Amino acid sequence: MRHIISILIENESGALSRVAGLFSARGYNIESLTVAPTEDPSLSRMTILTSGSDEVLEQITKQLNKLVDVVKVVDLSEAAHVERELMLIKVRATGKDREEMKRMADIFRGRIIDVTESTYVIELTGASSKLDSFIAALDAGLILETVRTGVCGIGRGDRILKV
Amino acid sequence: MMISGAEIVIRCLQEEKVDCVFGYPGGSVLHIYDALFKQDQVKHILVRHEQAAVHAADAYSRSSQRVGVALVTSGPGVTNTVTGIATAYMDSIPMVVLTGQVPSFYIGQDAFQECDTVGITRPCVKHNFLVKDVKDLAVTIKKAFHIASTGRPGPVVVDIPKDITAQMCEFDYPKTIQMRSYNPVVKGHLGQIKKAVQILQEAKRPVIYTGGGVILSDAAEQLTKLAHKLNFPVTNTLMGLGGYPATDKQFIGMLGMHGTFEANNAMHYADVILAIGARFDDRVIGNPEHFGEEKRRVIHIDIDPSSISKRVKVDVPIVGNVPDVIEEIVKLMDGGFKTDPEVANWWKQIDEWRGRDSLRYKQSEHIMPQFVMEKLYEVTGGNAFITSDVGQHQMFAAQYYKFDKPRRWINSGGLGTMGVGLPYGMGVLMANPDAQVACVTGEGSIQMCIQELSTCKQYGFPIKIINLNNGMLGMVRQWQEMFYSKRYSQSYVTSLPDFVKLAEAYGHVGMKIEKPEDVEPALRKAFTEHKDDLVFMDFIIDPGANVFPMVAAGKGLTEMILAEDI
Ligand SMILES: Cc1ncc(C[n+]2csc(CCOP(=O)(O)OP(=O)(O)O)c2C)c(N)n1
Ligand SMILES: [Mg+2]
Repeated sequence: MRHIISILIENESGALSRVAGLFSARGYNIESLTVAPTEDPSLSRMTILTSGSDEVLEQITKQLNKLVDVVKVVDLSEAAHVERELMLIKVRATGKDREEMKRMADIFRGRIIDVTESTYVIELTGASSKLDSFIAALDAGLILETVRTGVCGIGRGDRILKV
Repeated sequence: MMISGAEIVIRCLQEEKVDCVFGYPGGSVLHIYDALFKQDQVKHILVRHEQAAVHAADAYSRSSQRVGVALVTSGPGVTNTVTGIATAYMDSIPMVVLTGQVPSFYIGQDAFQECDTVGITRPCVKHNFLVKDVKDLAVTIKKAFHIASTGRPGPVVVDIPKDITAQMCEFDYPKTIQMRSYNPVVKGHLGQIKKAVQILQEAKRPVIYTGGGVILSDAAEQLTKLAHKLNFPVTNTLMGLGGYPATDKQFIGMLGMHGTFEANNAMHYADVILAIGARFDDRVIGNPEHFGEEKRRVIHIDIDPSSISKRVKVDVPIVGNVPDVIEEIVKLMDGGFKTDPEVANWWKQIDEWRGRDSLRYKQSEHIMPQFVMEKLYEVTGGNAFITSDVGQHQMFAAQYYKFDKPRRWINSGGLGTMGVGLPYGMGVLMANPDAQVACVTGEGSIQMCIQELSTCKQYGFPIKIINLNNGMLGMVRQWQEMFYSKRYSQSYVTSLPDFVKLAEAYGHVGMKIEKPEDVEPALRKAFTEHKDDLVFMDFIIDPGANVFPMVAAGKGLTEMILAEDI
């Protein structure tokens, strides 16, 4: 099962390696990991996309909670939440492909944020599956480069992760 | 008043009532050693290898309720400590390791004796710190002691760059510490405790299974009270020995890979397991599928939520400080608790298993290691602190020395580190200066930290080294004999030193004991005439002796090989 773990962690040097080290040492999956300071600069928020059985997920949250720098851990996917990922994708945009690329970006509500004679950089935000579909919809030969932030997410409504 | 960072380090140790540190000097800790020199409250024990400093600090903790401290220099000083830190980590031993670091403005430049201490130790510490500002030094050391000794204990490393130990700062030691990210649970959930009592009342084939958590949380007294009230059988893990008096009639011995027939069967066939401060590890329950074949209910008390339902599904998890939770259970029981009458039949079954006498062994013309352990128990009146190394001798000590008190059995259970025995003896003696200390070891293990004989001479540590010398890496040989058709690949130790001469060369007393009838007199002599000496007792034992019962790797807990099967 796919899970999104949100972590509030002290914004100390090395905090990221404690989390990453835990995952590799115990053989847990990391599909994506994002981290940045929160509105309170002494705290970072980390979002990890992982997968595993219920037992494994229980261990992951317990082990994360055991890290001294970790303030809070929730499994976002346990309840209603929204998730987003950002992708920047550089594509070849020449000849008839130039118009086609523009059209595809529009359909997926992407924005072209950089233009040269032969390339576009398209910015696309959404659920990871949407980003996957966009990539699938393009002619693979025209994709020059992609970069994705990995998933970040937040609980809906009154579900709040705060100290 | 402004004092230097080095002086702050020492003042912190004094504030923590640390009476000794185990260490080894070097460039990056010279300021700290200078500050150490100028006072006499904190004693320093100069080891001969940093690994031993950490082992000794670890045993200081294990044998007392205090936090052991080690102090080493950067680079090789640190890398030499890693085995010791990992050993303490695996057994959840509270310990603070202070490490020197190259000056902060050199960090990252591959400076002389630089290593990434925080990175290297991260996977084997409870937590670690790099101090970046002298203003943070005192509070960081306070945090280190706090983290090491609360919750599930563990080693904490504080890495201190040399320039920070030279800088001047006001000293202000915080009395208490608050950390928003670290608040271990102490009190168990009352609803869960009530559920547990209900299940204990329904139990027909119960067993109390306890581990190192009982020792670490000083819950032996509470456990004994609870067990007597319940009249349930008690088994201990290797780490839990001494948590329940081994001479008590409810004690059914150690369980696990080399556990007794009765303990392993009781554990397997129990309908209710009350697990306390133990973690169902692979050496304890054998093959988990086999263990899972029996239906049972499990109550698990532990300070660490991640130990619960990690390997065995638990029905009633109780996270909390063990002695407090036990007190709660006892309180609830006082409201009218009845042990199920069926338990009497269970005891009959257990007595039948006991009748197999699974620790029986045959004497031979050689000295049997089990016999040495029995005599050691007699001669020391069961009162000694026994440190051990890792191998067959460790198992013999665990099986045949009956520990009635906690913190008397000092060994590396989790990591299984050969070489700990001798430095463990030093740590025990610093925490318990008048104690009788025997180090049960093998000719393989003892050579892994043999240099500490020199430290023992310097500080007059009167350890009795019980070298069960089989001329073999016995535990390895046993597996090769049983599972590799006797292909003894690299398990035979040749060119052993003359241990008597070796002991004498270091200024100690050496004895070689070759005949069964000499065992007891030699031990008596060592513990009386040479009470104040370190005595290296080289017992030449039967090289073929094996440890039984044995649950082979991958086998179920009840699929034991007994001595009588061979
Ligand atoms: C540092 C380390 N290296 C290797 C091992 C693997 N090992 C476990 S027991 C053992 C043999 C120990 O031999 P000895 O100390 O003579 O004890 P004996 O089993 O003969 O009693 C070995 C090599 C270990 N536990 N620790
Ligand atoms: Mg040996």
